[in-house]
Amino acid sequence: MKRYSAFAVAREALRFHSGWERAWRSPAPKKKYDVIIIGAGGHGLATAYYLGRNFGIRNVAVIEKGWLGGGNTGRNTTIIRSNYLQDPSAAIYEKARGLYENLSQDLNYNIMFSPRGVMMLAQTQHEVRGYQRTAHANALQGVTTEFIGPQKVKELCPIMNIDGPRYPVLGALWQPRGGTARHDAVAWGYARACSDMGMDIIQKCEVTGVRQSGGKVVGVDTTKGAIDCDKLGVVVAGHSGVLADMAGFRLPIESVALQALVSEPIKPCMDVVVMANTVHGYMSQSDKGEMVIGGGADGYNNYTQRGSFHHVEETVRALVETFPIISRLKMLRWWGGIVDMTGDRSPILSKTPLENCFINCGWGTGGFKAIPGSGWGMAELMAKGHSPLTEGFSLDRFKEGKFIDESVAAGVAH
Amino acid sequence: MLILNCPYCGVDAEETELSPGGEAHLKRYGPGSSDADFEDYLFQRENPKGVHFERWRHANGCGKWFHAARCTMTLEVFGTYAAQSLEPPKSIQKAISKKRPGWSWREFS
Repeated sequence: MKRYSAFAVAREALRFHSGWERAWRSPAPKKKYDVIIIGAGGHGLATAYYLGRNFGIRNVAVIEKGWLGGGNTGRNTTIIRSNYLQDPSAAIYEKARGLYENLSQDLNYNIMFSPRGVMMLAQTQHEVRGYQRTAHANALQGVTTEFIGPQKVKELCPIMNIDGPRYPVLGALWQPRGGTARHDAVAWGYARACSDMGMDIIQKCEVTGVRQSGGKVVGVDTTKGAIDCDKLGVVVAGHSGVLADMAGFRLPIESVALQALVSEPIKPCMDVVVMANTVHGYMSQSDKGEMVIGGGADGYNNYTQRGSFHHVEETVRALVETFPIISRLKMLRWWGGIVDMTGDRSPILSKTPLENCFINCGWGTGGFKAIPGSGWGMAELMAKGHSPLTEGFSLDRFKEGKFIDESVAAGVAH
Repeated sequence: MLILNCPYCGVDAEETELSPGGEAHLKRYGPGSSDADFEDYLFQRENPKGVHFERWRHANGCGKWFHAARCTMTLEVFGTYAAQSLEPPKSIQKAISKKRPGWSWREFS
């Protein structure tokens, strides 16, 4: 793989850009791999990458039904933060945020990580108390956050109306090193690095069955034929239930549609990410100038990857009150992704009843920010059988009642 | 937008008029049951990509709970029926079989 650098850009400029290579290979599947990862989204590719980088396991295939990064990795609002309440969540999300800081250098691929700061608005007294509690918890966990007053909020984000009639801004939980990154680039960067390590990324290849023998996984059936493996990682977000069904176990997961939309591009007007959980809306401005807006999730099972009008209406209505400036903006694009929700709104990174089959799912509405940490933990889990990062996130926690309850801490928005 | 017919008041209710209530026909387990059964009842869900039976409440209408048979892949509604039913009515099961041959959902199919 030729490295990307300023020198490479100059070199290619001199020869009409004829020397760029494909970022990753698209090989035909081999008969057998040491590890197969199902799902070439951010989490799947990150898992493969850290398997290779940290554990030297490079005979790996990443199988993808559609195209690489075409699911939730390409559909989220690209927010990165780690201001969670519970210790296991703070640990894995902070690991991820920390890895994002140097990911561009690590992958030699510009993922455009922009630690511009994330603020979660407190618009009710209940939220004020909740976020103060989270700020204290974060201090103990080593996550840098701070509860700030309304004047500081206004200073950081002047376009905000802090004396709204319904929900005035009473303060915010501020994480200065949170921010955004280019979501596609995260998937592409990992894919390029995986391919460079000799891993096979097989796109347009749907898994149709999980083959097992004596309670162990031995391979998968796909639309490109049967492929054997020693270990299998299922990292398919919204479709986890479908894959679990093939592997013969059930999951405490329901898939629902979560949607987002972007406005027409405008001049730079806000350089922080703002989340307003009481009114269900969050917003940031992309480098292109579009306002990236995320809203609530459907309350019913849904696999359609489409948005619905009333959510857009609710989200925009809520945001217009806090950001009057956006009231005349036209909305350009609008889409939905299928998110996998668990009962306690925390992910599952776990062994499964099927031996050598591992699952990474349940990230719900907040998977993008966790990609590097999730891949790091999942790779360790698959290579060594246990990982301090994923310990609390096992499937057993539902039977044992050891929940990592983030439904209050994280609310709706992620 | 999803439109469901409320089997009680007969109104074709839009999604905003309704509150979703999750999977229907759950078998309830309580004190004295095994850990596995209790976990199943509380957390394990069918979550199918296809035919699904679920509970809805006509919240901004007559206020009553009812059941709906719906496809989670296409949002097609196969029918709604009373919440007191222990299983989907035969007519709805037949209608589903006609459109989705080979469908299965727990013990009904």
